[in-house]
Amino acid sequence: MIHAAGLRKSFGSFEAVKGIDVDVAPGEYFGFLGPNGAGKSSTMRMVAAVSPVTAGTLRILGLDPATDGPEIRSRIGVCPQEDTLDVELNVRDNLVIYGRYFGLPRKEVRERADELLEFVQLTDKASAKVDDLSGGMKRRLTIARSLINRPEMLLLDEPTTGLDPQARHVVWDRLFRLKQQGVTLVLTTHYMDEAEQLCDRLVVMDKGLIVADGSPLELIRNHSTREVAELRFGIGEHEQLAPKVEDLAERVEVLPDRLLLYSADGEETLAKVHERGLEPLASLVRRSTLEDVFLRLTGRTLVD
Amino acid sequence: MVSTGSTTGSGSTTGSGSTGRFLAPRLADYWLTVAKRTWKGTVVSSFVVPFLYIIAMGVLLGGFIHRPAAQLDGASSYLAFVAPGMVAAQSMTTVFGEVTYPVMGMVKWHRTYYGMIATPLKPSDVVLAHLGFVVFRVGLVAGVFLLVMSPFGVFESVWGVLVAWLVQMLIGLAFAAPIYGLSAGLNNDSVFALIFRLGMIPLFLFSGAFFPVSNLGPTLEWFARITPLWHGVDLTRMLVLGNIDGPLALVHVGYLLVLAGVGTWWAIHRLTRRLIS
Repeated sequence: MIHAAGLRKSFGSFEAVKGIDVDVAPGEYFGFLGPNGAGKSSTMRMVAAVSPVTAGTLRILGLDPATDGPEIRSRIGVCPQEDTLDVELNVRDNLVIYGRYFGLPRKEVRERADELLEFVQLTDKASAKVDDLSGGMKRRLTIARSLINRPEMLLLDEPTTGLDPQARHVVWDRLFRLKQQGVTLVLTTHYMDEAEQLCDRLVVMDKGLIVADGSPLELIRNHSTREVAELRFGIGEHEQLAPKVEDLAERVEVLPDRLLLYSADGEETLAKVHERGLEPLASLVRRSTLEDVFLRLTGRTLVD
Repeated sequence: MVSTGSTTGSGSTTGSGSTGRFLAPRLADYWLTVAKRTWKGTVVSSFVVPFLYIIAMGVLLGGFIHRPAAQLDGASSYLAFVAPGMVAAQSMTTVFGEVTYPVMGMVKWHRTYYGMIATPLKPSDVVLAHLGFVVFRVGLVAGVFLLVMSPFGVFESVWGVLVAWLVQMLIGLAFAAPIYGLSAGLNNDSVFALIFRLGMIPLFLFSGAFFPVSNLGPTLEWFARITPLWHGVDLTRMLVLGNIDGPLALVHVGYLLVLAGVGTWWAIHRLTRRLIS
């Protein structure tokens, strides 16, 4: 569905994407994980055929976005990071009118609009104004709108940024249902839980480059330990305490507010910390996540 | 349950347009929906405003002005002189409202245009459809103005009025396209206040709508004659009053056509650069 080789994007002297290779197969749920400014959105805009490629090869559905932009855009769905819903139109008209941009007949587009409102659970809001919807509802409406042309591939840029936890789960549930229908889904996110929830495979991006790829499980297995013990001491103590526990774990990360001890058995590690007479103010043992992978690969946290 | 996204979906091929195809008509339903929501207000205000202008400027102020036709570009009364000028001036002012804040809103505040170009539509389709809607509105507003004028006995012939009505849409496009181009690239709406105060209002007052430009003195008259509104005012007046200077009329039409054409090209260029980066 996507084939990119040595793909680059520059804005003047600023290089947002510095040569990435990506292949996405049909039916796959694929993610770009990385912090803000990693080059994810620039990549997505090139894939959506609305941003010219600076260098390298890019094929979408086997087509070249430089020459077949309209054809590509007619076969994909795009859910942008910032809602671009039309506040002049009501909820249902946002779908109907959008369908007309794809050259679909009025009757067809009305049927699809009603189906999609059902799908995103907005049927009872059909004649409401867009401005009266909550953030989560707007997001679902944008997703519905991006499905009006029955796309082969759906692009979602930060689909749940700014939504409360409840609303995020509703969005994830709807996106997960699309999978059963064979849609290919490509998303960007800086939330590791979102990447873990939705993606079969993902690439970790940092500063315009891909620093790792694989399934969420593979990434954790290859770049982190099974468990993590988090220790919280007094403010400013973490730096000096790190050497005292260094030998207790495979790896120790020092964050401003806590120490992360990476090991196969977090409880055991924690017990050893206590044996040394160190008493953290708080402690927690958990599984490794993509956040830990990112920290390992870049030395920084995802959400700053 | 929705049957979204069968990879062989029939719907997916409907939009198959080769690059460069003219797809602006696909925006017709969008602008029709906008028009449906706003047409009543448009008609009411475009009926009331001209009526007030004709009464105040044409009848009441005009009652004090008695000049020979030669000094009024051939008009038999000040009312007959000022009425067609006001039609043309209103065609211009209508446009200023339509392609300043609304364009910035669709680029920057609501990002509606970004949603449009995520489909097979191109920036050129977006520009042409929007300008088409503006021309339609000018047609509506000018049509109502001409209807309001009809009982005042200033028309010479029906066809002259019909052509004058078409000319209003040309005036509309000649202003709409370049101002659209300007708006499409702006980041800050404070420029609009300047455009209204230093662009629209001086043009409105000094382009021959309310008095013959020869009253301005030679230098300012020359200046007034190169402004686009003067060409629109003079052409409208010729057609409504039925004293047409053929070669000069062609110059007017040519001037407005060039402005409309170059303006449209520039508007497409500017919006493309803004949206496709």
